[in-house]
Amino acid sequence: MLKLIASMENLQARNSNIIEVFGLTKKFGDFVAVDNISFTVGRGEIFAFLGPNGAGKTTSIRMMTTLLAPSKGAILLNGINPWENQDAARKSFGIVFQDPSLDEELTTYENMEFHGILYRIPKEVRKKRMEELLRIVELWDRKNSLVKTFSGGMKRRLEIARGLLHHPKILFLDEPTLGLDPQTRNHIWTYIKNLNKTEQITIFFTTHYMEEAENVARQVAIIDHGKIIAQATPSKLMAKTRTKTLEKAFLKLTGDTIREETANAIDNLRLQRRIHNR
Amino acid sequence: MNVIYVLWLRQLKRYFRSKTRIIGSLGQPLLFLVALGFGLGPIFRKAGEGNYINFLVPGVIAMGIIFTALFSGIEVIWDRQFGFLKETLVAPVSRFKIMLGRTLGGATIASLQGLIILFLSFFVGFKPQNIFLLPLALFFIFLISLLFTALGTAIASVLEDMQGFQLIMNFLIMPLFFLSGALFPLDGLPKTFKIIIAINPLSYGVDGLRHTLINVSHFGLFTDLLVLSSITIAILIIGSYLFSKIQA
Repeated sequence: MLKLIASMENLQARNSNIIEVFGLTKKFGDFVAVDNISFTVGRGEIFAFLGPNGAGKTTSIRMMTTLLAPSKGAILLNGINPWENQDAARKSFGIVFQDPSLDEELTTYENMEFHGILYRIPKEVRKKRMEELLRIVELWDRKNSLVKTFSGGMKRRLEIARGLLHHPKILFLDEPTLGLDPQTRNHIWTYIKNLNKTEQITIFFTTHYMEEAENVARQVAIIDHGKIIAQATPSKLMAKTRTKTLEKAFLKLTGDTIREETANAIDNLRLQRRIHNR
Repeated sequence: MNVIYVLWLRQLKRYFRSKTRIIGSLGQPLLFLVALGFGLGPIFRKAGEGNYINFLVPGVIAMGIIFTALFSGIEVIWDRQFGFLKETLVAPVSRFKIMLGRTLGGATIASLQGLIILFLSFFVGFKPQNIFLLPLALFFIFLISLLFTALGTAIASVLEDMQGFQLIMNFLIMPLFFLSGALFPLDGLPKTFKIIIAINPLSYGVDGLRHTLINVSHFGLFTDLLVLSSITIAILIIGSYLFSKIQA
Protein backbone atom coordinates (compact mmCIF):
# COMPACT_ATOMS: atom_id res chain seq x y z
CA MET A 1 0.00 0.00 0.00
CA LEU A 2 2.75 2.45 0.96
CA LYS A 3 4.52 1.63 -2.23
CA LEU A 4 1.35 2.41 -4.16
CA ILE A 5 0.90 5.78 -2.45
CA ALA A 6 4.52 6.65 -3.10
CA SER A 7 4.22 5.82 -6.77
CA MET A 8 0.97 7.77 -7.00
CA GLU A 9 2.67 10.86 -5.61
CA ASN A 10 5.37 10.25 -8.09
CA LEU A 11 2.75 10.17 -10.82
CA GLN A 12 1.18 13.38 -9.65
CA ALA A 13 4.52 15.13 -9.79
CA ARG A 14 4.94 14.58 -13.49
CA ASN A 15 2.39 17.03 -14.65
CA SER A 16 2.92 16.76 -18.38
CA ASN A 17 0.87 13.58 -18.53
CA ILE A 18 -2.89 14.00 -18.54
CA ILE A 19 -3.71 10.31 -18.13
CA GLU A 20 -1.65 8.11 -15.86
CA VAL A 21 -2.58 4.50 -15.29
CA PHE A 22 -0.64 2.36 -12.87
CA GLY A 23 -1.10 -1.38 -12.35
CA LEU A 24 -4.75 -1.28 -13.41
CA THR A 25 -6.44 -4.67 -13.02
CA LYS A 26 -10.01 -5.92 -13.42
CA LYS A 27 -11.12 -9.40 -12.51
CA PHE A 28 -14.57 -10.83 -13.18
CA GLY A 29 -14.56 -13.91 -10.95
CA ASP A 30 -11.58 -15.95 -12.12
CA PHE A 31 -11.33 -14.19 -15.45
CA VAL A 32 -8.75 -11.39 -15.61
CA ALA A 33 -10.07 -8.92 -18.18
CA VAL A 34 -7.40 -6.28 -17.60
CA ASP A 35 -4.12 -7.52 -16.18
CA ASN A 36 -1.89 -5.02 -14.40
CA ILE A 37 -1.60 -2.43 -17.17
CA SER A 38 0.35 0.82 -16.83
CA PHE A 39 0.67 3.63 -19.34
CA THR A 40 0.67 7.38 -19.65
CA VAL A 41 -0.84 9.76 -22.17
CA GLY A 42 0.72 13.17 -22.71
CA ARG A 43 -1.29 16.36 -22.63
CA GLY A 44 -2.71 17.21 -26.06
CA GLU A 45 -1.83 13.77 -27.43
CA ILE A 46 -3.92 11.71 -29.82
CA PHE A 47 -3.65 8.25 -28.34
CA ALA A 48 -4.93 5.04 -29.93
CA PHE A 49 -5.72 2.08 -27.70
CA LEU A 50 -5.77 -0.96 -29.96
CA GLY A 51 -6.46 -4.61 -29.47
CA PRO A 52 -8.47 -7.58 -30.74
CA ASN A 53 -12.01 -8.24 -29.52
CA GLY A 54 -12.15 -9.03 -25.85
CA ALA A 55 -8.62 -7.75 -25.23
CA GLY A 56 -9.81 -5.40 -22.48
CA LYS A 57 -10.12 -2.06 -24.29
CA THR A 58 -13.66 -1.18 -23.31
CA THR A 59 -13.20 -2.54 -19.78
CA SER A 60 -10.21 -0.22 -19.35
CA ILE A 61 -12.19 2.77 -20.60
CA ARG A 62 -15.06 1.91 -18.28
CA MET A 63 -12.67 1.94 -15.32
CA MET A 64 -11.08 5.21 -16.37
CA THR A 65 -14.48 6.88 -16.80
CA THR A 66 -15.92 5.88 -13.37
CA LEU A 67 -18.38 3.34 -14.75
CA LEU A 68 -16.66 0.23 -13.41
CA ALA A 69 -14.67 -0.12 -10.21
CA PRO A 70 -11.12 -1.47 -10.76
CA SER A 71 -10.03 -4.55 -8.81
CA LYS A 72 -6.60 -3.04 -8.30
CA GLY A 73 -4.42 -0.19 -9.50
CA ALA A 74 -4.46 3.57 -9.73
CA ILE A 75 -5.71 6.05 -12.32
CA LEU A 76 -5.09 9.77 -12.59
CA LEU A 77 -7.07 11.89 -15.04
CA ASN A 78 -5.76 15.44 -15.25
CA GLY A 79 -4.20 14.84 -11.82
CA ILE A 80 -7.47 13.62 -10.30
CA ASN A 81 -8.14 10.13 -8.99
CA PRO A 82 -11.58 9.30 -10.46
CA TRP A 83 -12.30 6.83 -7.67
CA GLU A 84 -11.68 9.42 -4.96
CA ASN A 85 -13.05 12.55 -6.53
CA GLN A 86 -15.63 11.27 -8.95
CA ASP A 87 -17.38 14.48 -9.92
CA ALA A 88 -14.20 16.46 -10.52
CA ALA A 89 -12.84 13.64 -12.68
CA ARG A 90 -16.13 13.39 -14.56
CA LYS A 91 -16.05 17.08 -15.41
CA SER A 92 -12.58 16.69 -16.88
CA PHE A 93 -13.50 14.19 -19.59
CA GLY A 94 -16.05 13.75 -22.33
CA ILE A 95 -16.93 10.35 -23.77
CA VAL A 96 -18.44 8.85 -26.89
CA PHE A 97 -19.52 5.32 -26.06
CA GLN A 98 -19.31 2.29 -28.30
CA ASP A 99 -23.13 1.97 -28.20
CA PRO A 100 -25.29 5.01 -28.89
CA SER A 101 -26.20 7.11 -25.85
CA LEU A 102 -28.47 9.78 -27.30
CA ASP A 103 -32.13 10.09 -26.48
CA GLU A 104 -33.70 9.41 -29.84
CA GLU A 105 -37.08 10.81 -28.85
CA LEU A 106 -35.49 14.19 -28.21
CA THR A 107 -34.18 16.77 -30.65
CA THR A 108 -30.54 17.63 -31.28
CA TYR A 109 -30.89 20.78 -29.23
CA GLU A 110 -32.62 19.02 -26.33
CA ASN A 111 -29.92 16.37 -26.16
CA MET A 112 -27.26 19.06 -25.97
CA GLU A 113 -29.26 21.13 -23.50
CA PHE A 114 -29.72 18.18 -21.12
CA HIS A 115 -26.02 17.51 -21.16
CA GLY A 116 -25.34 21.15 -20.37
CA ILE A 117 -27.71 21.08 -17.42
CA LEU A 118 -26.31 17.81 -16.08
CA TYR A 119 -22.84 19.38 -16.14
CA ARG A 120 -24.19 22.62 -14.63
CA ILE A 121 -22.97 24.87 -17.43
CA PRO A 122 -24.40 28.39 -16.99
CA LYS A 123 -27.13 29.16 -19.49
CA GLU A 124 -25.33 31.89 -21.43
CA VAL A 125 -22.15 29.85 -21.85
CA ARG A 126 -24.22 26.80 -22.73
CA LYS A 127 -26.10 28.52 -25.53
CA LYS A 128 -22.99 29.95 -27.10
CA ARG A 129 -21.00 26.74 -26.84
CA MET A 130 -23.88 24.65 -28.22
CA GLU A 131 -24.15 26.76 -31.33
CA GLU A 132 -20.38 26.76 -31.81
CA LEU A 133 -20.09 22.98 -31.54
CA LEU A 134 -23.19 22.16 -33.59
CA ARG A 135 -21.81 24.35 -36.36
CA ILE A 136 -18.48 22.54 -36.23
CA VAL A 137 -20.14 19.13 -36.67
CA GLU A 138 -22.54 20.60 -39.24
CA LEU A 139 -25.74 19.88 -37.36
CA TRP A 140 -26.83 23.42 -36.55
CA ASP A 141 -29.41 23.34 -39.36
CA ARG A 142 -30.88 20.20 -37.83
CA LYS A 143 -31.01 21.44 -34.26
CA ASN A 144 -34.76 20.97 -33.98
CA SER A 145 -34.91 17.54 -35.63
CA LEU A 146 -35.62 14.43 -33.58
CA VAL A 147 -32.49 12.32 -33.27
CA LYS A 148 -34.35 9.19 -34.40
CA THR A 149 -34.50 10.66 -37.90
CA PHE A 150 -30.69 10.83 -38.10
CA SER A 151 -28.22 8.54 -39.87
CA GLY A 152 -25.52 6.73 -37.92
CA GLY A 153 -22.92 9.30 -38.91
CA MET A 154 -25.06 12.25 -37.83
CA LYS A 155 -25.68 10.62 -34.45
CA ARG A 156 -21.96 10.12 -33.99
CA ARG A 157 -21.26 13.75 -34.82
CA LEU A 158 -23.87 14.86 -32.32
CA GLU A 159 -22.37 12.62 -29.65
CA ILE A 160 -18.93 14.12 -30.26
CA ALA A 161 -20.34 17.66 -30.04
CA ARG A 162 -22.19 16.77 -26.86
CA GLY A 163 -19.12 15.19 -25.29
CA LEU A 164 -17.23 18.45 -25.79
CA LEU A 165 -19.91 20.80 -24.47
CA HIS A 166 -18.45 21.11 -20.96
CA HIS A 167 -14.91 21.89 -22.19
CA PRO A 168 -13.35 18.59 -21.16
CA LYS A 169 -9.60 18.14 -21.09
CA ILE A 170 -9.83 14.57 -22.39
CA LEU A 171 -12.17 13.03 -24.95
CA PHE A 172 -12.64 9.24 -24.82
CA LEU A 173 -13.88 7.70 -28.05
CA ASP A 174 -14.75 4.00 -27.98
CA GLU A 175 -14.85 2.83 -31.61
CA PRO A 176 -16.29 6.14 -32.82
CA THR A 177 -16.36 5.18 -36.49
CA LEU A 178 -17.76 1.66 -36.20
CA GLY A 179 -20.26 0.91 -38.94
CA LEU A 180 -19.79 4.21 -40.79
CA ASP A 181 -18.90 4.64 -44.45
CA PRO A 182 -15.41 5.90 -45.45
CA GLN A 183 -16.66 9.41 -46.25
CA THR A 184 -18.26 9.85 -42.84
CA ARG A 185 -15.26 8.33 -41.10
CA ASN A 186 -12.99 10.74 -42.88
CA HIS A 187 -15.19 13.68 -41.86
CA ILE A 188 -15.32 12.61 -38.24
CA TRP A 189 -11.55 12.29 -38.00
CA THR A 190 -11.15 15.71 -39.57
CA TYR A 191 -13.33 17.26 -36.84
CA ILE A 192 -11.50 15.37 -34.14
CA LYS A 193 -8.06 16.36 -35.40
CA ASN A 194 -9.15 19.99 -35.64
CA LEU A 195 -10.61 19.96 -32.14
CA ASN A 196 -7.41 18.44 -30.83
CA LYS A 197 -5.51 21.32 -32.37
CA THR A 198 -7.82 24.25 -31.60
CA GLU A 199 -8.95 23.24 -28.12
CA GLN A 200 -5.85 21.27 -27.03
CA ILE A 201 -8.05 18.33 -26.08
CA THR A 202 -6.35 15.02 -25.45
CA ILE A 203 -7.95 12.30 -27.57
CA PHE A 204 -8.01 8.72 -26.31
CA PHE A 205 -9.64 6.36 -28.78
CA THR A 206 -10.10 2.71 -29.67
CA THR A 207 -10.73 1.40 -33.16
CA HIS A 208 -10.56 -1.73 -35.27
CA TYR A 209 -9.63 0.26 -38.37
CA MET A 210 -5.84 0.19 -38.27
CA GLU A 211 -5.37 2.68 -41.08
CA GLU A 212 -7.31 5.22 -38.97
CA ALA A 213 -4.95 4.72 -36.06
CA GLU A 214 -1.96 4.94 -38.38
CA ASN A 215 -3.16 8.22 -39.87
CA VAL A 216 -4.47 9.92 -36.77
CA ALA A 217 -2.66 8.67 -33.67
CA ARG A 218 0.66 10.01 -32.48
CA GLN A 219 0.97 7.29 -29.83
CA VAL A 220 -0.36 3.74 -29.95
CA ALA A 221 -0.74 1.15 -27.23
CA ILE A 222 -1.63 -2.42 -28.10
CA ILE A 223 -3.46 -4.50 -25.54
CA ASP A 224 -3.97 -8.24 -25.83
CA HIS A 225 -5.33 -10.72 -23.29
CA GLY A 226 -5.60 -7.85 -20.83
CA LYS A 227 -1.91 -6.90 -21.06
CA ILE A 228 -0.23 -4.05 -22.91
CA ILE A 229 2.23 -5.68 -25.29
CA ALA A 230 3.55 -2.61 -27.09
CA GLN A 231 3.46 1.15 -26.82
CA ALA A 232 5.15 3.55 -29.26
CA THR A 233 4.50 5.84 -32.20
CA PRO A 234 2.98 4.09 -35.24
CA SER A 235 6.20 4.46 -37.24
CA LYS A 236 8.29 2.98 -34.44
CA LEU A 237 5.95 0.02 -34.15
CA MET A 238 6.23 -0.61 -37.88
CA ALA A 239 10.00 -0.28 -37.77
CA LYS A 240 10.28 -2.61 -34.78
CA THR A 241 8.15 -5.32 -36.42
CA ARG A 242 9.69 -4.64 -39.85
CA THR A 243 6.26 -4.12 -41.44
CA LYS A 244 4.92 -1.48 -43.81
CA THR A 245 1.50 -0.81 -42.28
CA LEU A 246 0.19 -0.59 -38.75
CA GLU A 247 -2.27 -3.36 -39.57
CA LYS A 248 0.59 -5.75 -40.39
CA ALA A 249 2.46 -4.66 -37.28
CA PHE A 250 -0.69 -5.23 -35.23
CA LEU A 251 -1.16 -8.73 -36.66
CA LYS A 252 2.46 -9.58 -36.08
CA LEU A 253 2.22 -8.52 -32.45
CA THR A 254 -1.14 -10.05 -31.62
CA GLY A 255 -1.08 -13.11 -33.88
CA ASP A 256 -3.69 -13.97 -36.49
CA THR A 257 -5.94 -16.35 -34.59
CA ILE A 258 -9.56 -15.22 -34.35
CA ARG A 259 -10.68 -14.44 -30.79
CA GLU A 260 -13.74 -16.35 -29.74
CA GLU A 261 -15.92 -14.45 -27.36
CA THR A 262 -18.94 -16.01 -25.74
CA ALA A 263 -22.08 -13.96 -26.19
CA ASN A 264 -23.25 -12.20 -23.07
CA ALA A 265 -26.42 -10.30 -22.18
CA ILE A 266 -25.15 -7.12 -23.84
CA ASP A 267 -24.44 -8.91 -27.11
CA ASN A 268 -27.98 -10.25 -27.04
CA LEU A 269 -29.29 -6.73 -26.52
CA ARG A 270 -27.21 -5.49 -29.46
CA LEU A 271 -28.66 -8.23 -31.63
CA GLN A 272 -32.20 -7.29 -30.63
CA ARG A 273 -31.43 -3.68 -31.43
CA ARG A 274 -30.23 -4.54 -34.92
CA ILE A 275 -33.40 -6.51 -35.61
CA HIS A 276 -35.53 -3.80 -34.02
CA ASN A 277 -34.00 -1.02 -36.14
CA ARG A 278 -34.49 -2.76 -39.43
CA MET B 1 -32.03 24.27 -13.59
CA ASN B 2 -32.25 21.32 -11.32
CA VAL B 3 -30.99 17.91 -12.39
CA ILE B 4 -33.98 16.04 -10.96
CA TYR B 5 -36.36 18.37 -12.78
CA VAL B 6 -34.55 17.88 -16.08
CA LEU B 7 -34.66 14.09 -15.81
CA TRP B 8 -38.34 14.26 -14.93
CA LEU B 9 -39.01 16.57 -17.86
CA ARG B 10 -37.21 14.24 -20.23
CA GLN B 11 -39.50 11.32 -19.29
CA LEU B 12 -42.58 13.47 -19.84
CA LYS B 13 -41.39 14.74 -23.20
CA ARG B 14 -40.83 11.18 -24.32
CA TYR B 15 -44.29 10.22 -23.11
CA PHE B 16 -46.15 12.98 -24.90
CA ARG B 17 -44.23 12.31 -28.11
CA SER B 18 -45.20 8.67 -28.28
CA LYS B 19 -48.92 8.58 -28.87
CA THR B 20 -48.91 4.88 -29.70
CA ARG B 21 -47.53 4.11 -26.25
CA ILE B 22 -50.27 6.14 -24.55
CA ILE B 23 -53.04 4.46 -26.49
CA GLY B 24 -51.47 0.99 -26.49
CA SER B 25 -51.19 0.76 -22.74
CA LEU B 26 -54.82 1.79 -22.28
CA GLY B 27 -56.14 -1.16 -24.28
CA GLN B 28 -55.89 -3.89 -21.69
CA PRO B 29 -57.37 -2.01 -18.70
CA LEU B 30 -60.25 -0.75 -20.82
CA LEU B 31 -60.94 -4.25 -22.11
CA PHE B 32 -61.12 -5.50 -18.53
CA LEU B 33 -63.42 -2.64 -17.58
CA VAL B 34 -65.84 -3.15 -20.44
CA ALA B 35 -65.81 -6.95 -20.69
CA LEU B 36 -65.94 -7.71 -16.98
CA GLY B 37 -67.94 -4.63 -16.06
CA PHE B 38 -70.78 -5.30 -18.41
CA GLY B 39 -70.36 -9.08 -18.43
CA LEU B 40 -70.45 -9.69 -14.69
CA GLY B 41 -72.55 -6.63 -13.83
CA PRO B 42 -75.93 -8.44 -13.70
CA ILE B 43 -74.63 -11.24 -11.44
CA PHE B 44 -72.97 -8.70 -9.14
CA ARG B 45 -76.23 -6.84 -8.79
CA LYS B 46 -78.19 -10.04 -8.20
CA ALA B 47 -75.80 -10.89 -5.38
CA GLY B 48 -76.81 -7.62 -3.78
CA GLU B 49 -73.40 -5.91 -4.18
CA GLY B 50 -74.61 -3.00 -6.32
CA ASN B 51 -73.06 -1.56 -9.46
CA TYR B 52 -70.08 -3.64 -10.67
CA ILE B 53 -68.69 -0.96 -13.00
CA ASN B 54 -68.39 1.39 -10.03
CA PHE B 55 -66.72 -1.36 -8.04
CA LEU B 56 -64.34 -2.27 -10.87
CA VAL B 57 -63.08 1.21 -11.85
CA PRO B 58 -60.61 1.61 -8.93
CA GLY B 59 -59.20 -1.85 -9.68
CA VAL B 60 -58.79 -1.13 -13.37
CA ILE B 61 -57.11 2.21 -12.64
CA ALA B 62 -54.65 0.35 -10.42
CA MET B 63 -54.05 -2.15 -13.21
CA GLY B 64 -53.29 0.57 -15.74
CA ILE B 65 -50.89 2.14 -13.28
CA ILE B 66 -48.88 -0.96 -12.41
CA PHE B 67 -48.47 -1.92 -16.08
CA THR B 68 -47.03 1.46 -16.98
CA ALA B 69 -45.07 1.83 -13.75
CA LEU B 70 -43.37 -1.59 -13.70
CA PHE B 71 -42.55 -1.49 -17.39
CA SER B 72 -40.74 1.80 -16.98
CA GLY B 73 -38.07 -0.44 -15.49
CA ILE B 74 -37.52 -1.94 -18.94
CA GLU B 75 -36.40 1.49 -20.08
CA VAL B 76 -33.62 1.39 -17.52
CA ILE B 77 -32.22 -1.83 -18.99
CA TRP B 78 -32.52 -0.63 -22.57
CA ASP B 79 -31.27 2.85 -21.74
CA ARG B 80 -28.25 1.51 -19.94
CA GLN B 81 -26.89 0.05 -23.16
CA PHE B 82 -28.46 2.13 -25.92
CA GLY B 83 -29.54 5.34 -24.43
CA PHE B 84 -29.38 8.27 -22.24
CA LEU B 85 -28.74 6.40 -18.98
CA LYS B 86 -25.04 5.88 -19.66
CA GLU B 87 -24.72 9.54 -20.47
CA THR B 88 -26.20 10.40 -17.07
CA LEU B 89 -24.04 7.82 -15.27
CA VAL B 90 -20.78 9.52 -16.33
CA ALA B 91 -22.14 13.01 -15.58
CA PRO B 92 -21.03 14.76 -12.38
CA VAL B 93 -24.39 14.07 -10.74
CA SER B 94 -25.19 11.77 -7.83
CA ARG B 95 -26.83 8.46 -8.63
CA PHE B 96 -29.55 9.19 -6.10
CA LYS B 97 -30.66 12.27 -8.05
CA ILE B 98 -30.68 10.31 -11.30
CA MET B 99 -32.78 7.54 -9.77
CA LEU B 100 -35.14 10.06 -8.17
CA GLY B 101 -35.60 12.10 -11.35
CA ARG B 102 -36.28 9.01 -13.42
CA THR B 103 -38.63 7.48 -10.87
CA LEU B 104 -40.61 10.68 -10.40
CA GLY B 105 -40.88 10.98 -14.18
CA GLY B 106 -42.05 7.39 -14.54
CA ALA B 107 -44.49 7.81 -11.65
CA THR B 108 -45.96 10.95 -13.20
CA ILE B 109 -46.52 9.09 -16.45
CA ALA B 110 -48.15 6.15 -14.68
CA SER B 111 -50.37 8.62 -12.80
CA LEU B 112 -51.40 10.23 -16.08
CA GLN B 113 -52.34 6.79 -17.41
CA GLY B 114 -54.43 6.23 -14.28
CA LEU B 115 -56.13 9.59 -14.74
CA ILE B 116 -56.96 8.85 -18.36
CA ILE B 117 -58.59 5.59 -17.32
CA LEU B 118 -60.55 7.40 -14.61
CA PHE B 119 -61.68 9.97 -17.14
CA LEU B 120 -62.68 7.34 -19.71
CA SER B 121 -64.61 5.38 -17.11
CA PHE B 122 -67.07 8.29 -16.86
CA PHE B 123 -68.20 7.28 -20.35
CA VAL B 124 -69.24 3.79 -19.24
CA GLY B 125 -71.31 5.19 -16.42
CA PHE B 126 -68.85 5.56 -13.54
CA LYS B 127 -69.78 8.15 -10.91
CA PRO B 128 -67.54 9.07 -7.97
CA GLN B 129 -69.44 9.13 -4.67
CA ASN B 130 -67.85 12.16 -3.12
CA ILE B 131 -66.09 14.77 -5.22
CA PHE B 132 -64.41 16.22 -2.13
CA LEU B 133 -62.41 13.02 -1.80
CA LEU B 134 -61.11 13.25 -5.38
CA PRO B 135 -57.85 15.02 -4.40
CA LEU B 136 -57.15 12.15 -2.01
CA ALA B 137 -57.91 9.70 -4.81
CA LEU B 138 -55.31 11.50 -6.95
CA PHE B 139 -52.85 11.16 -4.10
CA PHE B 140 -53.46 7.40 -4.02
CA ILE B 141 -52.97 7.25 -7.78
CA PHE B 142 -49.61 8.94 -7.41
CA LEU B 143 -48.57 6.81 -4.45
CA ILE B 144 -49.33 3.55 -6.30
CA SER B 145 -47.45 4.90 -9.33
CA LEU B 146 -44.43 5.84 -7.26
CA LEU B 147 -44.31 2.49 -5.46
CA PHE B 148 -44.37 0.39 -8.60
CA THR B 149 -42.11 2.63 -10.67
CA ALA B 150 -39.53 2.40 -7.91
CA LEU B 151 -40.01 -1.38 -7.81
CA GLY B 152 -39.56 -1.65 -11.58
CA THR B 153 -36.39 0.45 -11.41
CA ALA B 154 -35.04 -1.59 -8.50
CA ILE B 155 -35.57 -4.87 -10.37
CA ALA B 156 -34.09 -3.45 -13.59
CA SER B 157 -31.02 -2.24 -11.71
CA VAL B 158 -29.95 -5.80 -10.94
CA LEU B 159 -30.83 -7.34 -14.32
CA GLU B 160 -28.82 -7.14 -17.52
CA ASP B 161 -31.14 -8.46 -20.16
CA MET B 162 -34.66 -7.77 -21.29
CA GLN B 163 -35.86 -11.36 -21.36
CA GLY B 164 -35.15 -11.78 -17.68
CA PHE B 165 -37.02 -8.61 -16.90
CA GLN B 166 -40.03 -9.59 -18.98
CA LEU B 167 -40.14 -12.98 -17.29
CA ILE B 168 -40.08 -11.44 -13.83
CA MET B 169 -42.71 -8.92 -14.82
CA ASN B 170 -45.06 -11.62 -16.05
CA PHE B 171 -44.65 -13.46 -12.78
CA LEU B 172 -45.27 -10.22 -10.91
CA ILE B 173 -47.94 -8.17 -12.69
CA MET B 174 -50.62 -10.82 -13.06
CA PRO B 175 -50.46 -12.14 -9.47
CA LEU B 176 -50.25 -8.59 -8.10
CA PHE B 177 -53.34 -7.64 -10.04
CA PHE B 178 -55.49 -10.76 -9.58
CA LEU B 179 -54.63 -11.14 -5.89
CA SER B 180 -55.36 -7.56 -4.93
CA GLY B 181 -59.12 -7.50 -4.73
CA ALA B 182 -59.18 -5.37 -7.86
CA LEU B 183 -61.88 -7.61 -9.31
CA PHE B 184 -63.85 -8.86 -6.30
CA PRO B 185 -64.93 -7.78 -2.80
CA LEU B 186 -62.69 -9.00 0.02
CA ASP B 187 -65.41 -9.79 2.52
CA GLY B 188 -66.20 -13.44 3.20
CA LEU B 189 -63.17 -14.89 1.40
CA PRO B 190 -61.36 -18.06 2.62
CA LYS B 191 -58.82 -17.23 5.30
CA THR B 192 -55.56 -18.21 3.55
CA PHE B 193 -56.67 -16.36 0.44
CA LYS B 194 -57.33 -13.30 2.56
CA ILE B 195 -53.80 -13.50 4.01
CA ILE B 196 -52.29 -13.60 0.53
CA ILE B 197 -54.27 -10.52 -0.40
CA ALA B 198 -53.26 -8.76 2.79
CA ILE B 199 -49.53 -9.13 2.00
CA ASN B 200 -49.96 -7.71 -1.51
CA PRO B 201 -49.20 -3.98 -1.36
CA LEU B 202 -51.44 -3.30 -4.35
CA SER B 203 -54.45 -4.41 -2.28
CA TYR B 204 -54.03 -1.30 -0.13
CA GLY B 205 -53.78 0.90 -3.21
CA VAL B 206 -56.96 -0.55 -4.67
CA ASP B 207 -58.69 -0.29 -1.32
CA GLY B 208 -57.64 3.33 -0.85
CA LEU B 209 -58.86 4.22 -4.33
CA ARG B 210 -62.12 2.44 -3.67
CA HIS B 211 -62.56 4.34 -0.43
CA THR B 212 -61.92 7.70 -2.01
CA LEU B 213 -63.85 7.05 -5.23
CA ILE B 214 -66.89 4.96 -4.20
CA ASN B 215 -66.73 5.07 -0.41
CA VAL B 216 -66.24 1.31 0.04
CA SER B 217 -63.31 0.17 2.12
CA HIS B 218 -62.01 -3.07 3.56
CA PHE B 219 -58.84 -2.11 5.44
CA GLY B 220 -59.77 1.49 6.25
CA LEU B 221 -58.26 4.68 4.90
CA PHE B 222 -55.64 5.09 7.60
CA THR B 223 -54.25 1.57 7.16
CA ASP B 224 -54.20 2.02 3.38
CA LEU B 225 -52.20 5.23 3.62
CA LEU B 226 -49.84 3.93 6.26
CA VAL B 227 -49.03 0.63 4.53
CA LEU B 228 -48.72 2.15 1.08
CA SER B 229 -46.48 5.04 2.08
CA SER B 230 -44.16 2.96 4.25
CA ILE B 231 -43.69 0.35 1.51
CA THR B 232 -43.11 3.11 -1.04
CA ILE B 233 -40.40 4.68 1.11
CA ALA B 234 -38.78 1.30 1.76
CA ILE B 235 -38.69 0.44 -1.95
CA LEU B 236 -37.36 3.88 -2.86
CA ILE B 237 -34.49 3.34 -0.42
CA ILE B 238 -33.73 -0.17 -1.68
CA GLY B 239 -34.13 1.01 -5.28
CA SER B 240 -31.68 3.88 -4.93
CA TYR B 241 -29.18 1.59 -3.27
CA LEU B 242 -29.42 -0.94 -6.12
CA PHE B 243 -29.35 1.83 -8.71
CA SER B 244 -26.20 3.31 -7.18
CA LYS B 245 -24.53 -0.09 -7.61
CA ILE B 246 -25.15 -0.23 -11.38
CA GLN B 247 -21.91 -0.70 -13.28
CA ALA B 248 -22.34 0.20 -16.89
